Amino acid sequence: MTYSDKVLDHYEHPRNVGSLDKADPSVGTGIVGAPECGDVMKLQIKVNDRGVIEDAKFKTFGCGSAIASSSLATEWVKGKTVDEALTIRNTDIVQELSLPPVKIHCSVLAEDAIRAALNDWKSKQGAPAPSGAEKA
Amino acid sequence: MASGSDRLVYLDNNATTRMDPRVLEAMLPWFCEKYGNAASRSHKYGWDAEEAVERAREQVAQLIGASAKEIVFTSGATESDNLAIKGTLEMLADKGRHVITCTTEHKAIIDSCKYLESKGAAEVTWLEPDKRGRVSRAQVEAALRPGTVLITLMAANNEIGTLHPIAEIGALAKEKGVWFHTDATQAVAKVPFDVEALKVDLASLSAHKIYGPKGVGALYVRRRNPRVRLAPQMHGGGHERGMRSGTLNVPGIVGLGEACRIAREDFDKDQAHYRRLRDLLEQKIRSRLGHVELNGDPEHRLPTTLNLSFAYVEGESLIMGVPDVAVSSGSACTSASLEPSYVLRALGVGDELAHSSIRFSVGRFTTDQDVEQAAEEIIKTVNRLRAMSPLYEMVQEGVDLSSVKWGASH
Repeated sequence: MTYSDKVLDHYEHPRNVGSLDKADPSVGTGIVGAPECGDVMKLQIKVNDRGVIEDAKFKTFGCGSAIASSSLATEWVKGKTVDEALTIRNTDIVQELSLPPVKIHCSVLAEDAIRAALNDWKSKQGAPAPSGAEKA
Repeated sequence: MASGSDRLVYLDNNATTRMDPRVLEAMLPWFCEKYGNAASRSHKYGWDAEEAVERAREQVAQLIGASAKEIVFTSGATESDNLAIKGTLEMLADKGRHVITCTTEHKAIIDSCKYLESKGAAEVTWLEPDKRGRVSRAQVEAALRPGTVLITLMAANNEIGTLHPIAEIGALAKEKGVWFHTDATQAVAKVPFDVEALKVDLASLSAHKIYGPKGVGALYVRRRNPRVRLAPQMHGGGHERGMRSGTLNVPGIVGLGEACRIAREDFDKDQAHYRRLRDLLEQKIRSRLGHVELNGDPEHRLPTTLNLSFAYVEGESLIMGVPDVAVSSGSACTSASLEPSYVLRALGVGDELAHSSIRFSVGRFTTDQDVEQAAEEIIKTVNRLRAMSPLYEMVQEGVDLSSVKWGASH
């Protein structure tokens, strides 16, 4: 397996690794994938009063392409509004990272993780969600 | 990349080995100076080549306790496996077509058996090993039935190094009058392997796994008690007692012979070296990392092989983090397929841990420095990846991962 320079860069220097307080009402948490499939992504967003994603963090169990896809996803959602973030497509990630066909599922997972985090945040805005209501 | 060192460490000796310089030296004259065809009976070029081939045949035979006439040269272990299985089933078609093998065999065995199954030429019993990768004599005995013509079980597994109880199964096969083939590719030169002691009738081996050249191997074919005859799978000039036609690869065969001679001569030294370095590697890693599982059998195992699962870290990402260390992964993503290792699956290792597995295999040329560097880089990378692993975080928080309802698979 050869990796593109961008995948290597994200793998070596992942952006926004870490965790946000998932009990915070302004934080949305998405956890997607499954250990037995070889990749699990946790992506978190913190949304301010104006509906702008002001912070994003991730942790990923998975191959280098999965790590790079989620790292890139956090970079892209930061500064975007919630609605803008929903327009990010896995194909954009594939293109940006030059992922080969066998790694497309990594980009799909990253898109899913963004959506899961946004959905979690939205559900918290409707009614105060019970703590630990992360989307699995 | 992750480490600053340019020094490469090779810990993938179960995949292939560096050729021993003594082997290269033995081979060299047989390319440009003594280039005769071993089947040429009318001149010195041919006689010399034939003599070299017969010397190599003797060297191979001596390493495994056989007689020279029982050695058939092939292009490698895959061909030897194919010839043993297909040649037996074809030769004994009148007696039956039942084969007993195991789910953790090398693909050369599995796919040969499946091919014969698909042609209606074999019925195959696939034994399932225990969680350490072993099958027992009792399992084989229970699978025997009228019409069983062949038992084929590898002596040592390439991924996990587990050794089957070959001597016990050999004795059983002898009692029952069933031919017994073993793929000994990983076992020869690494653990004691004697065809008489083990009572095997057919054994495959390969030069490049034992510091010889690629593209040459051998099949041991018993000549007495019982006299094993195989239907050839390669037709032509009737070389190798008619079992394998084709002009002999003289330089390769000379290399295989020399590799076997050295393996026999250095056997004790090599063994001690493998074991010491393998154990050193395991100890170094375990002393500084938790959540590390051994795959395979701690006791009945090749001295060269260490297969570990680093929980909460995916194998491909781990390999990516140690570009200066050549190892292989049982994880999905390293190969074209997206499935984790079928060997680890057969052991009942969860897919999660199978995705986290790394195989280290030391060799004759591995040094203490290699082991130390590899351990350092692995430890550093595992720690780095665990720090960004959501699974590790959850476990630290006291979450039982098996209780989590995970999302749809991809």
